[in-house]
Amino acid sequence: MQETLIRCENVSFQYGEERDNLTALKNIDLEINRGEFVAILGHNGSGKSTLAKHFNAVLTPTNEGRVLVGGIDTKDEERVFEVRRQVGMVFQNPDNQIVATVVEEDVAFAPENLGVEPSEIRRRVDEALEAVGMSEYKKHAPHKLSGGQKQRVAIAGVLAMQSDCIVLDEPTAMLDPQGREQVISTIVKLAREQGKTVVLITHFMEEAALCDRVIVMNDGQILLDGTPKEVFSKRAELKSVGLSVPAVTELCAILNESGLDISPDIISEEECLKEVSRVLKG
Amino acid sequence: MGDITIGQMYPASSAVHRLDPRFKIVFTIMFVVMLFTAGSALTVAVNAAFVLIAYTLAKIPLKMLVKTLRPVIPIVVFMLIFNVLFYSGETVLLKLWIFKITLEGLKSAVFMVFRIVLIVAGTSLLTYTTSSIELTDAIESLLSPLKKLKFPVHELAMMMTIALRFIPTLIEETQKIMSAQKARGADFESGNLIARVKALLPILIPLFISAIKRASELATAMESRCYHNGIGRTRLKTLKSGKNDIAALMVMTGLLALVVVLSMFNL
Repeated sequence: MQETLIRCENVSFQYGEERDNLTALKNIDLEINRGEFVAILGHNGSGKSTLAKHFNAVLTPTNEGRVLVGGIDTKDEERVFEVRRQVGMVFQNPDNQIVATVVEEDVAFAPENLGVEPSEIRRRVDEALEAVGMSEYKKHAPHKLSGGQKQRVAIAGVLAMQSDCIVLDEPTAMLDPQGREQVISTIVKLAREQGKTVVLITHFMEEAALCDRVIVMNDGQILLDGTPKEVFSKRAELKSVGLSVPAVTELCAILNESGLDISPDIISEEECLKEVSRVLKG
Repeated sequence: MGDITIGQMYPASSAVHRLDPRFKIVFTIMFVVMLFTAGSALTVAVNAAFVLIAYTLAKIPLKMLVKTLRPVIPIVVFMLIFNVLFYSGETVLLKLWIFKITLEGLKSAVFMVFRIVLIVAGTSLLTYTTSSIELTDAIESLLSPLKKLKFPVHELAMMMTIALRFIPTLIEETQKIMSAQKARGADFESGNLIARVKALLPILIPLFISAIKRASELATAMESRCYHNGIGRTRLKTLKSGKNDIAALMVMTGLLALVVVLSMFNL
């Protein structure tokens, strides 16, 4: 039994006035179930960030379409904080989402806003920092942390809100490889071990390959939606919209085309290793 | 430059550090009143003794005190010369051209120097012993009666917190922009004052644009974390006052009363 957490019905969104014609989303229908680990892929300007901002009512559809989060319409201004509590958001630039001058104060920001009891805030802050592996930094000043550490603090800030769903808008785009690794392993842990619903917006194919489901956006519309294997097997289609497939998928597909008996729908390095060694031995 | 924080705190574990920040702000105000009431050698000495004892209790080394006072030396020297030369007293000690140095002038100058030194030292003690978060929390708490007059107390405190948070970020950004402009041949060091001010424009404009962008992103991030002004907001750390604060308040009140009474009798 799968329960729908986020449901988009005929969602269109337009920036600015009608005549500017900057339609970012065109009649999107989409459902995200509780517990799913979803990647949204797309090149710049495909509308992926705009779509993400609809999930927690930062933006609402400019047409008659609607977004339902746990059954609540995001256009309902009375209940907007219920929506935002359920769906937490982590943004691209770590510097521009940290509010306080001490790590633990920043993690406490959301529960403070929600009027949670101080002793309960303390418990949640400690738990959230533990979950992202930043407990030892709780008294530090955020500006002295590395990019990856700042992003983990931002994730802890969402966890402290006890959201069911975390939406991450290109959280690794401004990080070095080491920071990216830290953040991605934290995200995978949350999705796999804590059962959080995770929506990861990214343009790194390797990150998308880690998810259960990949949605590809192009020009404000959903182009592909399926498991990573299904999506990455459509190499030509992805290339036509300026996206690539993970390097291992590309490699296996080329080997397959050149006549080797290698499955073309490989998405992880381990699988690729197994396939290649099988062929070499066989 | 990245380490700059307004009113650097001197971390130490002392009774003064542990006082309720709200009380510390009130004490600072009381101290300023006390200092300006003092008009005699005796009362100024009481103030000086208070400052020295407070520094000792706060476990702040004398070296810090000297460092604090260094920037005010030019002001002190100026005040000293001004007072000595232009004070119109009666007991002339020395006459130089149109200036005459009087006993009253000398006295007034010495008082002035003591006052400036003591006010800087005394008020610095507040920022040395209190973190910026404690300070903003305390200001919010002290000003909270103004909420009834629709004064945006919480918003003010939030703005202060965010300003403190972004000082290091913006300093870093300024350095980046300066390096970028230097790499493109900008010259910040030569020319007269006007030329130098003009050279700052290519730094200020990108800095402002980026700060506005940051502000807009921060606002979205804050909204995403359910920020909606101060109504119904709780805090991770609540300010608590205890026995020590009351004791310190009694001492402060006693000292202030003493100085006021002494001044009334012109002692």
